[in-house]
Amino acid sequence: MNDMTRVERAVDSKDIKIAANNVQVYYGDTHAIKDVDVKIEDKTVTAFIGPSGCGKSTFLRCLNRMNDTIDICRVQGDILLDGEDIYDKRVDPVQLRAKVGMVFQKPNPFPKSIYDNVAYGPRIHGLAKNKAELDEIVEKSLRRGAIWDEVKDRLDAPGTGLSGGQQQRLCIARAVATEPEVLLMDEPCSALDPIATAQVEELIDELRSRYSVVIVTHSMQQAARVSQKTAFFHLGNLVEFGETGQIFTNPEDSRTESYITGRIG
Amino acid sequence: MTDASMQSPETGRHAVSLTAADPRTIKRANAEKRFRAYGIIAIATGLFFLIVLFASILSQGIPAFQRTVVSVDFTLTPQQQEEAEGTLFKTKAYSDLFIAELNAELAERGITVDFDEAAIERLLGKVGGTIRTFYADNPDKLGEPIGFDLTASSRVDGYFKGRVSRDTLQDSRFLQLSDLDLVDALEEAGIIKQVFNWPFITGADSGVDNPGGAGIGASVVGSFFMMLVVLGLSLPIGVAASIYLEEFAPQNKFTDLIEVNISNLAAVPSIVFGILGLAVFIQFMHLPQSAPLVGGLVLTLMTLPTIIISTRASLKAVPPSIRDAALGVGASKMQAVFHHVLPLAAPGILTGTIIGLAQALGETAPLLLIGMVGFVARGYPDGFLAGFTEPNSAMPAQIYTWAARADVGFYEKAWGGIIILLMFLLTMNIIAIILRRRFERRW
Repeated sequence: MNDMTRVERAVDSKDIKIAANNVQVYYGDTHAIKDVDVKIEDKTVTAFIGPSGCGKSTFLRCLNRMNDTIDICRVQGDILLDGEDIYDKRVDPVQLRAKVGMVFQKPNPFPKSIYDNVAYGPRIHGLAKNKAELDEIVEKSLRRGAIWDEVKDRLDAPGTGLSGGQQQRLCIARAVATEPEVLLMDEPCSALDPIATAQVEELIDELRSRYSVVIVTHSMQQAARVSQKTAFFHLGNLVEFGETGQIFTNPEDSRTESYITGRIG
Repeated sequence: MTDASMQSPETGRHAVSLTAADPRTIKRANAEKRFRAYGIIAIATGLFFLIVLFASILSQGIPAFQRTVVSVDFTLTPQQQEEAEGTLFKTKAYSDLFIAELNAELAERGITVDFDEAAIERLLGKVGGTIRTFYADNPDKLGEPIGFDLTASSRVDGYFKGRVSRDTLQDSRFLQLSDLDLVDALEEAGIIKQVFNWPFITGADSGVDNPGGAGIGASVVGSFFMMLVVLGLSLPIGVAASIYLEEFAPQNKFTDLIEVNISNLAAVPSIVFGILGLAVFIQFMHLPQSAPLVGGLVLTLMTLPTIIISTRASLKAVPPSIRDAALGVGASKMQAVFHHVLPLAAPGILTGTIIGLAQALGETAPLLLIGMVGFVARGYPDGFLAGFTEPNSAMPAQIYTWAARADVGFYEKAWGGIIILLMFLLTMNIIAIILRRRFERRW
């Protein structure tokens, strides 16, 4: 894997998809995220690692304004998606979330059929003109979620009846159905067994060809396996951000080294 | 550390055998046994009172579902009708014909008993008038044998149900001791008998002097229209208020205040709502008195807090991950609520609504103040809209009215009414349980 990421590093001509400058997040009086600057590239897997409570999930949720649903949460600083400030007053978070999809820690399919789970996003955004187009989107999304072969014969079955790994891939399929440009994943494998984890990781690597993927993980091995860029958060600070290979083999900051070697966290 | 724990036998604690319980363990075990006993005693006490309650309701109320009738096959020819209509005392002529028929039937069975017209009137009321009205309304029945089921008077009914006995009976204008001989003879002949009391279920209330004719049907209709008003108003208002408070409202002092007040409102005595209804709906807005519309409005005020509290609880029970999932694919907040949260909360909302309705159905106190108690619901409303605005009674109010009347015959009606009311409540609660079971979802 490390070799692969070194190869990736050679191709250093990627566009910046998301640029965060000097981001501060407050929960009431608590300063949860301090001065975070990060540049997330297109068609790259970026991993956020760090000990529990370090703010990596909070920061991830800033990227599609999911923190808006929390009353006491305030975000300062700029987060630019393709050069546009997503916290601009004119930006509708609903539109933003169609562009920046999200997969959550626990698989959370709607208690509806597999088909309806995937079709929900396209339906509310009006992506399909008719049933045939919708069918096509559903099939395409399920294929991208690497779950089509397992569920193609039972699209009417409830999504909650699938196994944990299948549910998570269904959620990924649901997220890609709205044609997002960025996929945010908040510890997508933490509720899965190792085999399902391997399947999802393989899928993440495939998704990289189309989307910019940001994944929060508490597993350093997972970060090393799937990502090209890694950001290490500690106590609300972005301690180090760089090539995954470099972070894991030759970290610049002593805190990163301590975390990776298991002395803190 | 390891060394210290290895030496623990020296302290003596681990030396005790597991089979010999130490005093502390015995004490704890006894405490637990005592607690279980208290629990069983509490449940047994509750069950005992429940059984006593049900037994007394059933034993007192079941007689209300039986009525005593005198059934006679009676034939009136057109000629007889013409003759009777030609006399001066028309109903007496019909009455004479009836008595002749009754005598004939008794003679047929070889029973002889002395009775006069006054005795028949004490037993059955104005028979002549009943028969005359029947044939006036149904002239085509002339000449055919008709089985008349004539309701016996309340005292005779009481004689059959054990309320009146030969020892306690004092001669009065209502019933005399000699009449009971006639009753016994008629019973022997199978002419007087007890049948299921349909008029009690379908009929309207009667006057204070006629407990035999009293029925709960009209007040069931009154309750039904009240429940329509309650359902139509409290469900949409309650659900809209809860969705706003739970999903959209910001958390601040003002919404906290509203929440506290809603909880407090659920504990306000119902009579307070009654006097509010009297002041606002009747005296200020001049809505009709005793109308199910006003009753429904008052009960809506009472039911709203129940519905809001249960709706908010079921909205809260929908896991936040479902909201996240919907928002994550770009649904607006309202879409997330209406497409995903509300359908999942619906069974809980319905259950809460039904429980709230059941509460409202059994509520009497507010109805006292808006004039639904004491109103004699002598008939059914004319048509659907009149059902809301015409004065009517409601089931609990009707029961209260009967219980307050002087004639003992109404006493069993009150108990019978309670059985009917309980059956409605039981049905509603069973529906609520079925809904909950059927649509309960686990995550």
